[in-house]
Amino acid sequence: MLDTLFFIASIIPFLIQGISVTLQVTLFAFAIGLALASLLTPIRVFAPVSLSWLPRTYVELFRGTPLLVQLFLIYFGLPSKGIKLDALTAGILALGLNSAAYQAEIFRASIKGIPESQFLAAESLGMSRLQVYRYVVFPQAFRIALPALVNEFVTLMKESSLVAIIGVAELTRRGEYLVAYTFRALEVYIAVAMLYLVLCLTFSQGAKIIEKKLKIPGYERSR
Amino acid sequence: MKNLLLVEDLWASYGEHMVLKGVNFALKKGEKVVIVGPSGSGKSTLLKCIVRLVEPIKGKIFLDGVEVTSPKTDIRSVRAKTGFVFQNYNLFPHMTVLENIALPLRIVKKLTKKDAEEKAKIMLKTVGMDAYMDKYPLQLSGGQQQRVAIARALAMDPILLLLDEPTSALDPELRGEVLDVLRRIAREGISMLIVTHEMDFAEEVADRMLFMEDGKILAADSPAKLIHSLENERLVRFFRKLKA
Repeated sequence: MLDTLFFIASIIPFLIQGISVTLQVTLFAFAIGLALASLLTPIRVFAPVSLSWLPRTYVELFRGTPLLVQLFLIYFGLPSKGIKLDALTAGILALGLNSAAYQAEIFRASIKGIPESQFLAAESLGMSRLQVYRYVVFPQAFRIALPALVNEFVTLMKESSLVAIIGVAELTRRGEYLVAYTFRALEVYIAVAMLYLVLCLTFSQGAKIIEKKLKIPGYERSR
Repeated sequence: MKNLLLVEDLWASYGEHMVLKGVNFALKKGEKVVIVGPSGSGKSTLLKCIVRLVEPIKGKIFLDGVEVTSPKTDIRSVRAKTGFVFQNYNLFPHMTVLENIALPLRIVKKLTKKDAEEKAKIMLKTVGMDAYMDKYPLQLSGGQQQRVAIARALAMDPILLLLDEPTSALDPELRGEVLDVLRRIAREGISMLIVTHEMDFAEEVADRMLFMEDGKILAADSPAKLIHSLENERLVRFFRKLKA
């Protein structure tokens, strides 16, 4: 028992170096997802029907196929068309494109959650369609979206372990190295799992503080 | 006196369901007109059509000489000079009371931030809510929220104030404070079109009353005459039920 604890303690420093790569992959992928979703959402809300199929198809495509297959397509498939990406870039890109689909869905659902009465009130005051969304709908929709976005971030952090398969030296990949050298898979993967858990808990706790700061005063009491 | 509002043969529908079936009426400048009638009779839809929050399918509306229903009319400019008060207040929950009133002044009336806030404070004083300007709507009672909503509508200096059952969502003990504010505003001479079930208030404030049923105006007269009518059996039944 004591031996196990010592072993885990001894491999933690090596694993922790993988955390920075895991965070890098997650943060960049989330940012790509956020940027793309921020493009897709207005198209879905404002564009005429002739264009609204575009974001819809994007979402269906990326939600309807496995992330691992998307990753393989980008890393192993694209080189045949002359697009050769290193493993880290390919991993970030695949996760980001995938996350964009989920984030776009989160935004769409949040906007749908704004009651019709808010639109009516804003319009009755003479606001333009753009003003209605900018001042009334988006600020409220963002607050509704926040818990789901945090959830998406945490999910993304865990899914980032998939990029170990194409050789990115993040947390899971470093675990694989250690197993290959020590043959102690149980202890190594327990340590890896614990580090993911600490990461996820840190982020979701941090997010709770932000949510509290942004919450609409009086909101709980009214429900 | 000149007509401020003229509604001619107005028809409106929600999908297959026809809600307004040829409504005609006029409202003179400074006049207070109350609309009563059973639920589903089209009162609220009529109010919303006047600022095209609901698009009519047929008919014409003129407000202050402008044809509201014309596709050439910039409906936003019409809305900017009318005030609309909703049954459920519809304040913006993520903004303070002050911001709720100052925002439209800033972005629609193009006032500076300072002027908008100054005006908002004056309007809040009018409805007795100036002590709550830094609160958020959901921290207030229904009556307080509705008073803020009235201040928001009045801040736009409307030539016509439209009120859609302003006290119907309130507990009986909170209605008084809202009705008091409305009585005070009515004395200022602003033109008002009010959908309400408050008959005492209607009789006190309104110059004229319209009785609506099934998308049409069935009767129009002074409130006293309609409320205490003995001839029109439909009216007698309606007002007796309201009292019960």
